[in-house]
Amino acid sequence: MKEEIIIAGFGGQGVLSMGKILAYSGLMEDKEVTWMPSYGPEQRGGTANVTVILSDERISSPILNSYDSVIVLNQQSLDRFESKVKPGGVLIYDSYGIHTPPTRTDIKIYKVDATEASFEMKNAKSFNMIVLGAYLKVRPVVTIENVLKGLKKSLPERHWNLIPMNEEALKKGMSLVVDV
Amino acid sequence: MKEEVKLMKGNEALAMAAIRYGADGYFGYPITPQSEVLEKLEAEMPWDTTGMVVLQAESEVAAINMVYGGACCGKAVMTSTSSPGFSLMQEGVSFMAASEVPALLVNVMRGGPGLGTIHPSQADYFQATKGGGHGDYHMIVLAPSSVQEMTDFVALGWDLAFKYRCLSMILTDGLIGQLMEKVVLPEQRPRRTEEQIRQQCPWAVTGAKGRKNNIITSLELDDDKMEANNNRFQATYREIEKNEKRCELVNCDDADYLIVAFGSQARITMKTMELAREQGIKVGLVRPITLWPFPDEHLRQAAKNVKGILVEELDAGQMIEDVKLAVDCKVPVEHYGRLGGNVPTPDEVLDALKQKFNIVSK
Amino acid sequence: MEINDIIKPENLVYKKPKLLNERNMHYCPGCSHGVVHKLVAQVIEEMGAEEYAIGVSPVGCAVFAYNYIDIDWVEAAHGRATAMATAIKRLQPGKLVFTYQGDGDFAAIGTCESIHACNRGESIAIIFINNAIYGMTGGQMAPTTLLGQKTSTCPYGRRADLNGYPLAITPLLAQLDGTRYVTRQAVHTAAAVRKAKAAIRKAFENSMEGKGTSVVEIVSTCNTGWKMSPEKANDWMVENMFKKYPLGDLKNVDAEK
Repeated sequence: MKEEIIIAGFGGQGVLSMGKILAYSGLMEDKEVTWMPSYGPEQRGGTANVTVILSDERISSPILNSYDSVIVLNQQSLDRFESKVKPGGVLIYDSYGIHTPPTRTDIKIYKVDATEASFEMKNAKSFNMIVLGAYLKVRPVVTIENVLKGLKKSLPERHWNLIPMNEEALKKGMSLVVDV
Repeated sequence: MKEEVKLMKGNEALAMAAIRYGADGYFGYPITPQSEVLEKLEAEMPWDTTGMVVLQAESEVAAINMVYGGACCGKAVMTSTSSPGFSLMQEGVSFMAASEVPALLVNVMRGGPGLGTIHPSQADYFQATKGGGHGDYHMIVLAPSSVQEMTDFVALGWDLAFKYRCLSMILTDGLIGQLMEKVVLPEQRPRRTEEQIRQQCPWAVTGAKGRKNNIITSLELDDDKMEANNNRFQATYREIEKNEKRCELVNCDDADYLIVAFGSQARITMKTMELAREQGIKVGLVRPITLWPFPDEHLRQAAKNVKGILVEELDAGQMIEDVKLAVDCKVPVEHYGRLGGNVPTPDEVLDALKQKFNIVSK
Repeated sequence: MEINDIIKPENLVYKKPKLLNERNMHYCPGCSHGVVHKLVAQVIEEMGAEEYAIGVSPVGCAVFAYNYIDIDWVEAAHGRATAMATAIKRLQPGKLVFTYQGDGDFAAIGTCESIHACNRGESIAIIFINNAIYGMTGGQMAPTTLLGQKTSTCPYGRRADLNGYPLAITPLLAQLDGTRYVTRQAVHTAAAVRKAKAAIRKAFENSMEGKGTSVVEIVSTCNTGWKMSPEKANDWMVENMFKKYPLGDLKNVDAEK
């Protein structure tokens, strides 16, 4: 098993922490994992992004040119990374503020109204967990149980009270994701 | 503390490895992209657990001279910095080499020259492997290509430094420093006692108790004595060259082409190798782990039957000189590298390989 | 009474400290370094600190201090003695750690390290020899060279507009919270030598007691660099140096209490 993922959006959308939670979840399943924040050329252009790789074997490059799964959270990132999905791969996007939706036909495209859902939940911080839920519904590379375990591992103990809210957001994302 | 599996940034893992090694002291000055080392150490408060001293110095110049002072005490001391900071440290590096004291130095390279960029670079290869400071000296230079190696090379670096009474350097870049990976942190080792230090480092300044007084100096105005000192340093370096060359060879047995890359770039080009082999191009990877001493013999063996060698490094062509020397220019050697903080993608390196050697994929 | 009747152990009134070895010093006749070296050796001996004293020698005339006093020594890069001493003391808190530095070392190239070590309150003792000139390299201008004073790099006399003003660094250090004891002494008379010795003793005791940084500035002569006889140099020092660098304690936290 090997999954190469990039998550891209604006700074402040929780892109890096979403990647971190995913990486921790992989660690809980005893997988090899890498988490590489936007660094070098990818940082240009006002977006924050992170490459996460989960694999049963030793991972070579933590920096890639094409991905099994691309998760984009704004138009800029969509424009930039639509072409980077491997043929047959997955593209997930949050519809909020998207005026030019993706058009490729050789990949599987999913939409999740995560921004709106986070407004409904009255918790902007649940946004990235909704997106993560949507992704895991489409690509169940790690179990929800292990995501929650990973979350516990990555959060300081004083924040463990937030875990039920995160679980709710994950499930919300799973229910909201739609095939387009 | 037992062995532990963690998900950590390279810089943080390095800090944890220092504590777990039983380090006595860290002296450093903040600079991007390695400030997490000092931050992690301050957050861990090892002075309360192992008794390790952690001090934010007023400059890199002060930091390296604190390391020098600590090294003279026979203590396991270290610093970490990034390129401009390491330039400032060169004075202390040369003095320590001349004084034959052991220490661990870490350079998380960024793009230069000058203030340059905070993004990855390998352009300090010459500075690390061929001097930097004045005089004839060498440091053992270790190039980690994973967070695990950022951890493991801390212990290796110190062990080698104490074995040869020389400097060890971990030469890495922001890519490995900022990368998070699964890492196994070693079991906590106890710090050495004063009695152990007196036995292991009889040359150290621990107070002249029960022995003749020790003097550690890099100064010797008698030319013949200074020549003898230099000859002794060189003899140590020859010994290190004999024993400590390290290299990883991947898929070199059937390779038509070799890529030589170290540190972060060995990770990128490992993927290039996978992509090339998917296209039927038999590529092998030579990853020097010690940059000094350079693993020339490993490379010579691997290069016996190849048509060409691509040296991929984040600089304008530095390690390529050592590669050419190693293969005696008997094999065509080409260079590919991005500059200014840019990092190539694996595909980009594959394109360069094909173009430089006119390879048509099947 | 014959001379041999006088030279007897029971008549001994003064002797060289044991720590001061038999090597001939490289210092010029008349130089203050010899006296200060003797005081350092005496104080260490009187404290019984031979087995736990660690000195840091500078770059300057005193670079070879390690050749004369038989304790453990390290020799620092130019100006970096207090940085080295910082680590030595922090890593071996039970040791007596002191630096021995000249004006160029301590107050020019090493100013940054000097100020910050004092400001952190490192429990080290600093012996700072201020003779207003670079002796070792052949008489160039020092940060402490007086206005009008001639050196090989201000051959017509130091001018404020060209060379800036002489730097009195110890009053500056006295203002820092980290310093415990800052004093300015000299060794030109027997009385001054006794006072300087007491100051060094206090500084060394402060190091052992972990009380913070002590700075003992010794206003000194460099008769060779100043191109004077030793005697004239002492007079010139009293007349000119003491005006800019008056003797006495600049800070003594223990006395203030």
